[in-house]
Amino acid sequence: MGKLHISVSPHLHSGRSTQGIMRDVVFSLLPATAAGIALFGLSAVWVVLTCVFTAVLSEALFNFIIKKEQTVGDWSAVVTGLLLALNLPANIPLWQAVIGTVFAIVIVKCFFGGIGCNVVNPAITGRVFMLIAFGSMAQAAFPVDSTAAATPLVQLGEGTVPDLLELFLGKCGGSIGETSVLALLIGFIYLLVRKVISWHLPVVYIGTVFLFTFAVQGDLTVALAYILSGGLFLGAIFMATDYVTSPATPAGKLIFGLGAGIITVLIRLWGNYPEGVSFAILLMNILNPYIEAWTPRKVFGGKKA
Amino acid sequence: MAFSLHGVHVPHRKNTADTAAVPMAAPKTVTIPLGMHIGTPAVPAVKVGDHVDVGTLIAEQNGGISSPVHASISGTVKAITSQLQANGQKVAAIVIESDGANTPDPAIAPPTVTNREELVDAIRRSGIVGLGGAGFPTYVKFNADPEQVDELVINGAECEPYITSDSLTMTERAEDMAYALKALETYLGIKKVIIGIENNKKNAIARMKELEKEDPHVKVVTLPAVYPQGGEKVLVYHTTGKVIPAGKLPLDVGCIVCNCTTLASIGSYLKTGMPLVEKCITVDGSAVKEPKNVIVPIGTSMEEVFAFCGGFKEEPGKVLYGGPMMGVAVPDLSAPVMKNTNAILAFDQKDAAPAKETACIRCGACYNHCPFGINPSAIERAYKAGDTASMEKWGVDTCMECGCCAFVCPASRPLVQTNKLAKAALKAARAAEKEAEK
Repeated sequence: MGKLHISVSPHLHSGRSTQGIMRDVVFSLLPATAAGIALFGLSAVWVVLTCVFTAVLSEALFNFIIKKEQTVGDWSAVVTGLLLALNLPANIPLWQAVIGTVFAIVIVKCFFGGIGCNVVNPAITGRVFMLIAFGSMAQAAFPVDSTAAATPLVQLGEGTVPDLLELFLGKCGGSIGETSVLALLIGFIYLLVRKVISWHLPVVYIGTVFLFTFAVQGDLTVALAYILSGGLFLGAIFMATDYVTSPATPAGKLIFGLGAGIITVLIRLWGNYPEGVSFAILLMNILNPYIEAWTPRKVFGGKKA
Repeated sequence: MAFSLHGVHVPHRKNTADTAAVPMAAPKTVTIPLGMHIGTPAVPAVKVGDHVDVGTLIAEQNGGISSPVHASISGTVKAITSQLQANGQKVAAIVIESDGANTPDPAIAPPTVTNREELVDAIRRSGIVGLGGAGFPTYVKFNADPEQVDELVINGAECEPYITSDSLTMTERAEDMAYALKALETYLGIKKVIIGIENNKKNAIARMKELEKEDPHVKVVTLPAVYPQGGEKVLVYHTTGKVIPAGKLPLDVGCIVCNCTTLASIGSYLKTGMPLVEKCITVDGSAVKEPKNVIVPIGTSMEEVFAFCGGFKEEPGKVLYGGPMMGVAVPDLSAPVMKNTNAILAFDQKDAAPAKETACIRCGACYNHCPFGINPSAIERAYKAGDTASMEKWGVDTCMECGCCAFVCPASRPLVQTNKLAKAALKAARAAEKEAEK
């Protein structure tokens, strides 16, 4: 008779794992990745491969150097690399993509303790860093067959309303993975079905942007064009819902979504940048600990008397 | 009810459902622990060498919250030893060697019950304790002021995977349950009885619905099969809408909660006078050859019960008292079947292998699945930081250790274990605070 294992209950597990969740996020991003490649051509492939490869390699090297247990097997570095790539224009110089990815992984994620410990979302922060550091980020790429000269948000700012169907399908200028709302929605449904995220945050975020824009602009088509443009769907579905940097409770998610929506519209309509999604999420990331403290679940039966 | 409490969908694995219970012959020896209940262990009433029959009192109740213990086989008291319990405490245990005759004690006769006091005393003398697993002496619960009791909630939820012994009670021992209910209604003035059953037990529900027709006080409530439906506070909330405040008992909101097998055992004691000496338990798990429900004399070693079920398919890696969500792992197979054992499960090496713990990704699954709204990941961080105020704030006092948090955790963190440790740390901190005030 061998020795019996002794452990505290439960002795049964759901089978969910960090690796499984991260892999689901990667799968959910594949439609947007495919759409980006179809729209922007081969250069998009190089950006995606560069970012993913750099992300995994830099995390592995960091862990090796500081003699920490290797964590790249959890697929979270792949998620960060892929998300950052989808946030970049297809014509970005690859060396810039490498620097941005190293910044996201090493400085934003690993320096703070790795997975589960980062204070802000690595991919978003990497993008904001590149936006400030490299001028090429402002020069948007356009689909191979496109004749447009400006991104939809720039057009909207100048008073032109782009075709809604083209926006939905993604036939417009922008980052690799942000333009096709259709592809992003497929990913959203996948994440909901797999119970990786809940609907609260993305729906409230996008809904707030829609209502706020409509209230200011007073036109349904313009408001719709605003939510279908830029990085809103990519940000709201895939970046704002990052576990570590967003609230755990439904109430917290609603506040986060509301705040991110308001900041996004403020920047878009009155700010210096045409797009405000990254800044909005980054700011809400910083407020997240406070939101979590304000929105606890009620403990059943109250406090012990 | 405003809303349902959160929980998890566990696999049911009720492999032994709706198969008749098989009685097991008396083993050569039984080891009967004297602490099979919550409260003070019983004190031996026999000496080594004494002859005992089935149902003979072998240990007396000791104090207000305790329970008497009876011989489960006839034979000779061989030894009074000590037995290591799951909670790490050692309690006395009486070893009886069988004479092979299995003679019932001739003194056994149905108790005379004509009023409330006699009924409560009969339940006390029966040695019946909470058979759902908790082992709280049953007579203490029923010794309540009848004015205080609004409803009796019968727990037939049986939400743990594998276990089917309670649903078997409801299908096979409904008469015993009805008999006990009649007595409780007559002498304790109970006017409302709610039987809560998870909706995956069709036969038990059908049988209890018949009981509902026969007895106007009874109401059967079908509950969704969401773990931990059978948790006392969860069941009371889902059947009556009442919230039991933290640190309080069901009686504080006018409820008595009683497991269905406990109820049936009261019924059979009132009918026959035979105390609780055997137990129907589910024997299952991936390492067991022939899973089945077995009626076992209390004190029989797990080893013999598993052998009765065809032995093992392969060497087990983990053996439990109770279900996989809240059951207790045992170090070896000499552990005896006790009054409050409802299942013994043996798992193969693959199922027993401990999962690799990884970093918390703050996904909030533990928090959002907790039936009571406790935040296990925040408690874990607070525990590591020695921050007792935060442990309290995030609700560790309310934790019933149901295991939903650890079940859903994608990082396989031992959250129940941490909650237990946090509770102990908080208790110690409070004691130290009190000491300092003196």
